[in-house]
Amino acid sequence: MDPQWYQIGYLISATFFIFGLKMLGHPRTAPRGNQMGAIGMLLAVVTVILEIELIESPILIVSGILIGAVIGSWLAIRVEMTGMPELVALFNGFGGAASALVALAEIYSAIESDTIPNGLELHVAWIAIGLSALVGWMTLTGSLVAFAKLKGGFNILGKWRRFPTWGPSWLNPIKAVVVGTAFYLIYLSVMTPDDLEVIWALILLSCILGVILVLPIGGADMPVVVSLLNSLSGIAAAFTGFIISNPVLIIAGSLVGASGLILTFIMCKAMNRKLIDVLFKSFGGSEKESVTRTKVGSDPDEVAMILDGAQRVVIVPGYGMAVSQCQHQVKEFADLLFEKFGTEVKYAIHPVAGRMPGHMNVLLAEASVPYDQLIEMDEINPELPEADAAVIIGANDTCNPVARSGEGPLAGMPIIDADLARSVVIIKRSLSVGYAGVDNDLFYMDKTMMLFGDGKKMMTELNTAIKEY
Amino acid sequence: MEPTTLIASLTLFALAIFLGFELITKVPPTLHTPLMSGANAISGISIVGAIIGANVLYEAGQTQISGVIAFLALILATVNVVGGFAVTNRMLQMIAGKKKGRGD
Repeated sequence: MDPQWYQIGYLISATFFIFGLKMLGHPRTAPRGNQMGAIGMLLAVVTVILEIELIESPILIVSGILIGAVIGSWLAIRVEMTGMPELVALFNGFGGAASALVALAEIYSAIESDTIPNGLELHVAWIAIGLSALVGWMTLTGSLVAFAKLKGGFNILGKWRRFPTWGPSWLNPIKAVVVGTAFYLIYLSVMTPDDLEVIWALILLSCILGVILVLPIGGADMPVVVSLLNSLSGIAAAFTGFIISNPVLIIAGSLVGASGLILTFIMCKAMNRKLIDVLFKSFGGSEKESVTRTKVGSDPDEVAMILDGAQRVVIVPGYGMAVSQCQHQVKEFADLLFEKFGTEVKYAIHPVAGRMPGHMNVLLAEASVPYDQLIEMDEINPELPEADAAVIIGANDTCNPVARSGEGPLAGMPIIDADLARSVVIIKRSLSVGYAGVDNDLFYMDKTMMLFGDGKKMMTELNTAIKEY
Repeated sequence: MEPTTLIASLTLFALAIFLGFELITKVPPTLHTPLMSGANAISGISIVGAIIGANVLYEAGQTQISGVIAFLALILATVNVVGGFAVTNRMLQMIAGKKKGRGD
């Protein structure tokens, strides 16, 4: 077949990606958008297999795809809802590493078969290889650190160890030096294209860069970082497209790179943070306030009493709900309130509640909470002063009134005005600080009732208390 | 690489970047995580490069280092692609489920 036909195949595949990404942005078309993306990918794979005629090593390629497909679908099916953000970070790291490995394979291939190009071809290929390596390896190690941070820590020898957040301000000039050195190494590799040591030095440096870039970033900023790394893995794929002169890699990679960057800015905006601050000013985790105040806990029967006769109740879910997997109990709670007291229940969704935007929506959807009861922050806030009670389930920073004061790490972050409701019920394991490491005045207000305990256990007890009320 | 090919690639790169900026401007927060995950699956497109790279494995009648590296890339890219689309699909199924409940 004429080589032009394969180019047409790649073009159609790229069209599927464009429509897929576009459709992923609208609730009604999103599932089809995802399918479009998958079809585009299948088409690209079929096209490349036809193009190379798969004579050399069909068994290896097919087995490689099978191994990857089994691992990928096993991870995707097995993961719990709370683990999804980590999994996205992990997949993202794999994508970046794959691009960088393709670039590395290209260098080895050129050296092994003694076909190192010269002139313009050398410059383009080796600069692209260098950039792909820099971005790809950085994406891998950065994503792995983000994965570990989202997980919170690891079980080492039966002991839970928290993954550290560390980043003194003198680390920033070092990052700049590392980036500068990396670019110098790319220049060196173009000058001495057969020198593998330069490439391996570049790989090592890129890996270090990924770690020191993400290590200082803590707390609520992690979703932003994962989104940025997602954008980077796209860019790495685009650079790899330059190396093998393949249009579909360039288009798909650039699309993801650009749209990922936009998504990153959207998330920053939701948190009222600047991307520069997120990346280079250490935030949360490192210097947590210690809690000195105390608050007497309430019991479910008292809470049921307060909720009796409530006309409007706003439920504010947070990461705690995701951890304890109590979304079904929360739905039951809302149903009980409606049946017993005729209460109108709404859910207040903070844009960055949980560990990823949309995290709460996905969880509550799983428990089949009607879509129109999930109200976004800006719309629900004017209703909160009218609410008889705000029920906060495992949320902390997203409704911390200190954010309005303009001081501390949370300064200026938009919050859910739960403190304006007539009474506040908080279900939380302890008074400990949230991810941003700031104490919360809301806990100590007179109108606040704390139910200390695991979300699922407390919700079940609360539901029983309401049933028996 | 011919200069014309380079210019064509650079044009493609620049236009795709602009298209990517325009593609997602207004996205409801519900879809931020699925969108990130779906885009992430698409960035596994380097699977194409990995297949090309892994194909040279036996070309010279011996196992080449480049082929082994590309084979590893192929596995990682496939995990990214298959896992990425599958997990996105799982997230979206839940959102779609609640839509039907509303009679949308």
